[in-house]
Amino acid sequence: MYRYIVSRVLLVIPTLVGAAALVFVLMRLIPGDICVVRLGSGGGSVDPRAVAVCHAELGLDHPLIIQFLDFVWGFFRLDFGISMWSGKPVAEEIAARLPISLEIAVMATVVAILIAIPLGTISALKQNSWIDHVVRTTAIAGIATPSFWLGIVSILVVLDVSHALFGAPWMPPIDYVPFWQDPLRNLSMAVLPALTVGYRYAAVTMRMTRSAMLEVLREDYIRTARAKGLIERLIINRHALKNALLPVVTLIGIEFAFLIGGLVVTEQVFNLNGIGRLLVLAVQNQDYTLTQALVMLTVAIFVFANLAVDLLYAWLDPRIRLG
Amino acid sequence: MIRKPGLAAAGLSAALCVATMTAPVTAETPKRGGTLTFMIPADAPPSFDGHRETTYATVHAVAPFYSVLIRVNPDNPSSTTEFVCDLCTEMPKPSDDGKTYTFKIRQGVKFHDGSLLTAADVAASWQEIVHPRDGLSSARESYFIMVDKVEAPDATTVVFRLKFATNAFLPSLADPFAWIYKKEILDKDPHWFEKNIMGSGPFKFAGDEIGQSIKGVRNPDYYHQGQPYLDGFIGIFAAKQAVRVDAIRADRAAIEFRGMPPSARDELVRELGDKITVQSSDWNCGNLVTPNHKKKPFDDVRVRRALALAIDSWHSAPALAKIATVHTVGGIVFPGSPLAASKEELEKLAGFWPDIGKSREEARRLLKEAGTDGLKFELMNRNVDQPYKYVGTWLIDEWSKIGLQVTQRVLPTGPFFDALRHGTFDVTVDFNCQSVVNPLMDIGKFLPHSVYAENYGGYDDQKEIELYQAVLHETDSTKQRAMIREFETYVLDTQAHMLMTPWWYRVIPYRSYVKGWKISPSHYVNQDLANVWLDK
Repeated sequence: MYRYIVSRVLLVIPTLVGAAALVFVLMRLIPGDICVVRLGSGGGSVDPRAVAVCHAELGLDHPLIIQFLDFVWGFFRLDFGISMWSGKPVAEEIAARLPISLEIAVMATVVAILIAIPLGTISALKQNSWIDHVVRTTAIAGIATPSFWLGIVSILVVLDVSHALFGAPWMPPIDYVPFWQDPLRNLSMAVLPALTVGYRYAAVTMRMTRSAMLEVLREDYIRTARAKGLIERLIINRHALKNALLPVVTLIGIEFAFLIGGLVVTEQVFNLNGIGRLLVLAVQNQDYTLTQALVMLTVAIFVFANLAVDLLYAWLDPRIRLG
Repeated sequence: MIRKPGLAAAGLSAALCVATMTAPVTAETPKRGGTLTFMIPADAPPSFDGHRETTYATVHAVAPFYSVLIRVNPDNPSSTTEFVCDLCTEMPKPSDDGKTYTFKIRQGVKFHDGSLLTAADVAASWQEIVHPRDGLSSARESYFIMVDKVEAPDATTVVFRLKFATNAFLPSLADPFAWIYKKEILDKDPHWFEKNIMGSGPFKFAGDEIGQSIKGVRNPDYYHQGQPYLDGFIGIFAAKQAVRVDAIRADRAAIEFRGMPPSARDELVRELGDKITVQSSDWNCGNLVTPNHKKKPFDDVRVRRALALAIDSWHSAPALAKIATVHTVGGIVFPGSPLAASKEELEKLAGFWPDIGKSREEARRLLKEAGTDGLKFELMNRNVDQPYKYVGTWLIDEWSKIGLQVTQRVLPTGPFFDALRHGTFDVTVDFNCQSVVNPLMDIGKFLPHSVYAENYGGYDDQKEIELYQAVLHETDSTKQRAMIREFETYVLDTQAHMLMTPWWYRVIPYRSYVKGWKISPSHYVNQDLANVWLDK
């Protein structure tokens, strides 16, 4: 087990270097120049001398290989440098946005698990019953409905319903307060986005749980368990569900990692100052350092989420031996 | 509620044209206390440095922390000619044939760190704006081409020495970005103010959540007696309009100072009735149409004039105003200015003829004469809804009426500017968005690229430059007005270098408990919040 973990962690290094090379090259292939964007933000023409000074300040006058090595070396020292757009440390820019993105991702995951696993299991157990049809319809609707649209509608519903009930429209706060400072305000801000994102997430997970359960329920060992008179609840919980969860856990891991940087539009709808919005801004502004750091952060989250999923496999299925 | 009818006519007097309100403004005694929460329609300002930035995101977030030397009268910001002291004690009368302005600086003004503000701070700040040192950029350097030197002969005196006398100087000096920084800090690190805030304005900096909000608290040492009235403010950044409208509707925020489209105003008024007040004003911004003179057939003045003659602004503006943030038909000068053209004067220019049938007939004749009837071309536009795309679509419809076949190419902001700079367009929707109404500087946009960097028409025109120089140096208002008419006729009619579309219209719907704030023709102006109070 220990050797497995070490080998997986070591495998992370070439993955990250490959991703670093890719993002570094792609950013420089995009037409445009941060200095021109920065100096000509009002639409004006830009003095080439000012652009040259700006390039020198940002280190963009160095050879590309030097810039790349600087970036990789900085990354492994966890020094992401300075945002080329704002002049603030990249770590500071990310630290300001990461908590809200993490909170929404965690809450949406909890929502998804709480909805998807029980409903997916029931749907499988009651295959082709009206319950199954309702669950499947709900899941398909969840997959088909864009989260941002659901977000817009949910805000309007909250506004209209509160207006009708209390005479004054109400909506959740639009500025983030950390949970430890004001738990109620924090949760009231996060709950709607978590629900709207969590619904789609739950829908995908629900379908996966159902199909995995259906497959497992047809296995010989389940039939054997039933034949030897084991009680149904024990069969479902201990033997069926645990095995059916393997692909579900993989899906949850990938979805969680996606949520950290992938909620661009949802963040805009709810005015969440998250990582997704920051990434779009960084790309728009051609802020190389910030974009590179954010992409690397996302890659790292994906890599470690996958590692966590692999480790969970061993616990869920003792037949899997790691190492 | 009082609502003045829409006025789509040029050259209206400032009193009529500039600001309308849905509720009467009466003299009320300001109440103290409370925190104003307002929305800033942007993701975040690139930096806090007003000398360097041009975006309203910076001025809305940071102006309350700073003082300026002079400003547009905050109690009458719709005036295009009334400037008052902020840090000075009295508006000076120029000496030396209009080439020297001597300002006496208030004594006892304190920076937020407790140190005294002196004339040296004022002069040093202005020096960085007018003639920035090497390696620094000043976004408004070109506005001060008339300034030779800024001096502080003693602790209470600042002297501006001009190269030539011009009426453009005082409005330029009232620039709302021209914040006074502490000289000692500027000397040590001229970049310090990009990431830090320390001024002498009505509010002290209380915190900044990167990309989310900025907070200020009342400055108890503020030098304008009794102000500010608020205990503090919170500015929340939200780029998405729906968020801002919902926030005002739910009273999560009270106001947004840039401007909203008519649909948002109507929605808020419908939902909240008299809990919403609306102020609106002509906006010192407008979309222009720039034909690329370097591309055929737009090098032919007959084709450019035909494009202008096809447009029926007089009849279209009232309809456009219902859906887009445009309103008043005007020439090159802001319609509220005394230097603006009257309707009668405008009607003589291509694109403003009162008889649109006759105008389009002439357009067809010109196209035929130029051998370009049935011309097909591409209109480049910016991927901004209000009002760019509305204006673009309207223009295409207008041109179709003289047989032109025009398609629209909409580009995101970055590639749009890139295409402008490289001249890779046939005809483009362009813009001219200025701050304090200063016609002599604002019309610089119409000058060739060699003089005005943000002109993308690709033409050179020595006669036009000479006409402009004469206007800039003329100090007699009557003569100046006549000279501007000559310049305007040359630009819009004789050469048709650029085409006008209706001027933008600033609509601010806000919670009625916000008092004291008055709309101005620019979203950059009057944003220090010192006179704002809450009637709660």
